[in-house]
Amino acid sequence: MSCSSNGSMDRRSFFRAATGAAGGMAALVAALSPLKSLDTSDFTVEKFLQQHYKELDETEMAKVLDRITKEVEERYKVRPDIRDIKPKDGVEFVYALNLGACIGCRKCVHACVEENNQSRDPEIQYIRVLEMPRGTIDIEKGDHTYDHPKVPKDDHFYMPIQCHQCENPPCTKVCPVEATWTEPDGITVVDYDWCIGCRYCEAACPYFARRFNFTEPSIPKEEVNPTMSYLSNRPRHKGVMEKCHFCLHRTRNGQNPACLEVCPVGARKFGDIKDPNSDVSQVLKHKRVFVLKEEVGTIPRFFYYFDEDYHRSEEKGD
Amino acid sequence: MGAYLVFLKRCFALSFIGDWRYRLWMLLLTVVALLGLNAYCKQLVDGMITTGMTDQVSWGLYIANFTFLVGMAAAAAMMVIPVYIYKKTALHDLVIFGELLAVAAILMCLAFVTVDLGRPDRFMHLFLRFNFPMSMLTWDVVVLNVYLMLNLHICGYLVWCAYKKKKPGKKFYMPFVFLAVFWAISIHTVTAFLYVGLGGRPFWNAAIIAPRFLASAFAAGPAFIILTLQIIRKFTDYNVPDEALALLRRIVTVALTINAFLLGCELFTEFYTGAAHSISAKYLFFGLDNHHGLGRYEALVPWIWSAIGLNTIALLILYTPAVKKVAWLNIACVAMIVGIWIEKGMGLIIPAFIPSPLGEIVEYAPTANEILVCLGIWAFGLLAYTIFVRITIPVLTGKLTYDHSYSLETVGTGESDQKSKETVS
Repeated sequence: MSCSSNGSMDRRSFFRAATGAAGGMAALVAALSPLKSLDTSDFTVEKFLQQHYKELDETEMAKVLDRITKEVEERYKVRPDIRDIKPKDGVEFVYALNLGACIGCRKCVHACVEENNQSRDPEIQYIRVLEMPRGTIDIEKGDHTYDHPKVPKDDHFYMPIQCHQCENPPCTKVCPVEATWTEPDGITVVDYDWCIGCRYCEAACPYFARRFNFTEPSIPKEEVNPTMSYLSNRPRHKGVMEKCHFCLHRTRNGQNPACLEVCPVGARKFGDIKDPNSDVSQVLKHKRVFVLKEEVGTIPRFFYYFDEDYHRSEEKGD
Repeated sequence: MGAYLVFLKRCFALSFIGDWRYRLWMLLLTVVALLGLNAYCKQLVDGMITTGMTDQVSWGLYIANFTFLVGMAAAAAMMVIPVYIYKKTALHDLVIFGELLAVAAILMCLAFVTVDLGRPDRFMHLFLRFNFPMSMLTWDVVVLNVYLMLNLHICGYLVWCAYKKKKPGKKFYMPFVFLAVFWAISIHTVTAFLYVGLGGRPFWNAAIIAPRFLASAFAAGPAFIILTLQIIRKFTDYNVPDEALALLRRIVTVALTINAFLLGCELFTEFYTGAAHSISAKYLFFGLDNHHGLGRYEALVPWIWSAIGLNTIALLILYTPAVKKVAWLNIACVAMIVGIWIEKGMGLIIPAFIPSPLGEIVEYAPTANEILVCLGIWAFGLLAYTIFVRITIPVLTGKLTYDHSYSLETVGTGESDQKSKETVS
């Protein structure tokens, strides 16, 4: 591409430039070739122009839900009942977990995966159960990968950890695009259609509660839970964050979270802290509760307690 | 306007002109950049599973490189301060190469952040719901882009004036030069705060991180410029005085010494008290035992000791009075650039994730695809920097001006003025 002093190109350099440009273009096209297998269904104009959750009015939300319904039907051959369930006024959800009762069976982990349409391969789990040796509550001493034919193991207790729905959440603070926030009933949610996937929230969370879709989630068609909500268990795509949302599609309708329902020993208590008669209010009033990592100042809505007269100490007695 | 388009056209044409070494270098960079683009396309198709990152170690090589390059960009200021504040004029004509480096480094930073996003197609969400001032990431977006604008303006203005044979009007660029100095410190401080602000990561949650970032940046950046200036001196007729190299050497020596001191402070705090929060540092420097007694976790140990070794070698060379040969200075520069790159990446970003906040140890190793993306971005950045320098030199030496059309013959490309390697004091 050398220009001579009068600005014209001689033939030789023109051909050289042309071959160079053609070669460059060919190399560029070759470099971009993997994009041919890009699944474009997640990159539609409609989705590109979709507003943030808080800016969608009722008719726009209806349209969005309609679009998601069609997508789910097409992909999983199931007609979902998807709604945008709003929080109730004057309700604040709180969880309490009896460490004395938990036997570490991990039924809650799997019930959660099934309820909330998490990816099965690779499997995304919101709840992590630690097997803790007696004599410490230092979670660094916990075993994450315990695998015994029979639980509980002697001289160990079990500590399930999931999103603590903090009152002062470090995760929502760091999000650059406000794709995650705390709802009035205390549940921290993610707008999966708004998240840009920077994973700053994942770095910020002191409880390892957030999960990233490193690849396109895969759920067998027959295992899809058709009862869905926009901010909770509707299917996600790759490249966005997700997390425990206290099963808000159940709990905002007066049901209990899936992890509580499945617990065989009744170690889990859930409810509205503003209702003095709720299970959690009673636990907080009568039991000696504590929160995990109080020193990081997150003010969790997830409490742990040891019940004195739990069944395992009775077993130990004989 | 027309004249400006002619200028851009000439710059574009000029970036293709050079001797065989230049063309080979550019071809190599283009090939690596395209390989990186290819790897990134694979990542877009399959997701971030193509990287070595996990939910436990959720940031890896991309963010590590990003952090290092923010430092490189900030280092341009280190050239400006002695020139304008202490009136060390030897560097005056060379400041522009620092600022061009800043531009190239910021472009690489933006690329590294983009490839780290799960949904880069949603970038415009930043404009629609910008979580400012709460999220430190939004601060970073602001300071990096403003810094890019400042440096583009300063470089663009000076080059344009030289092209038009005008004397640059001080009021059109001096205020921006001083602003850029403060801004350079801000970009690296804000980037440090990105990590420091996370209470759940004790390894980062320390006040010393920002000063350490600055110290290491002000060593690695000028070290890179020392190398660049020698290449310019060797292959062009641009005048690079020895005094300039000597001044940069002093800057690098001081910065690297401060960096070593701050590292010492950090090591003392982490290890003397033996508190539980020093477990990431233990993992980094010595490795950790497997809970079940099966082997050890020590993927980062060789890295950090290499970094410390390289930085020590650099310091020894810089402080040995007998070693004044430029070749030795170059070895010191390469050693500290690599050393600081490791220190910021494998030494600062990765260990904060190990163990996880719940005490789980998942180690991190980048995948081949991830490394290719990184190499591609580096190649792209070096390509940009080479072109910037390639265009700037003939303009500043008066060989390419608005009234002086050029041809291959009149633009110095070979070793026309190769200078003997002189000793630098």
